[in-house]
Amino acid sequence: MTAPRPAHRPAAVQARRRQLLRRGGALALLPIVPIGTLLQLRSAHAVSAVPTLREVERQWALGQPINEGRVTLTVQPLVENGNAVPISLRVDSPMTAADHVQEIIVFNERNPQRDVLRFTLGPANGRAQVATRIRLATSQQLAALARCSDGSLWSQHVDVIVTLAACVEP
Amino acid sequence: MATRTLIHVPDAPRRGEVVEIRVTLGHPMENGLRPDGYGNVVPRSLVTRFECRLDGTLVAAADLYPAIAANPYLAFWLRAERAGTLAFEWTGDHGFQHRETRPFNVA
Repeated sequence: MTAPRPAHRPAAVQARRRQLLRRGGALALLPIVPIGTLLQLRSAHAVSAVPTLREVERQWALGQPINEGRVTLTVQPLVENGNAVPISLRVDSPMTAADHVQEIIVFNERNPQRDVLRFTLGPANGRAQVATRIRLATSQQLAALARCSDGSLWSQHVDVIVTLAACVEP
Repeated sequence: MATRTLIHVPDAPRRGEVVEIRVTLGHPMENGLRPDGYGNVVPRSLVTRFECRLDGTLVAAADLYPAIAANPYLAFWLRAERAGTLAFEWTGDHGFQHRETRPFNVA
């Protein structure tokens, strides 16, 4: 709805007033755009600082497809103390010179860092199985991945619930 | 304080048998994120690498990250092909280094 034009203002004053309003409007818009862009950049930076679980998996895979299976990650589903969580990893592999597991990796989803453990193995091991104790900051998903000597990649994902957090607590 | 370790190597496995080796190192694995009782952040001090060699040949190695619990425990398997000396070596922040050896007898 347009306001009724005041009768006492001459046409020249009206035109000048509109011009000023238009310019003022443009000026008012100026600072909004850079602030918005800065906020977007900031949030994008915050996201890229800690990559997601899928991102680190893709980075580790170096473009190869990751298959589900052959890896068994054993961890208690309900963790009462995140400071020391026993985990065990096993990969189905004959562990011969021709066909063996070269690398077993564990990634997490929500600790301050995605990496947990990288184990390097070879045919001398005879069995592709390792175990350790890890810290978990919160309920999250764990990913166990294996790289075989033929270049194939295998994985398993396990969800755990953590009631007492580790990592940043005193 | 002297660094303490717990190392379990099975005694005299049969040739060809696959046995489990378990090692624990006494180390706080400070991740640099945790405040002490006064609210100051405890500086990072981690063990970052573990290597196991049989007579100089690398048989298992691990990169450890802050998500490994204090007193890092690692277990892996080894096929008893020949007797020798197993050397376990840990390295970490601030020049941390610790080395242990155990005889590996194969019956």
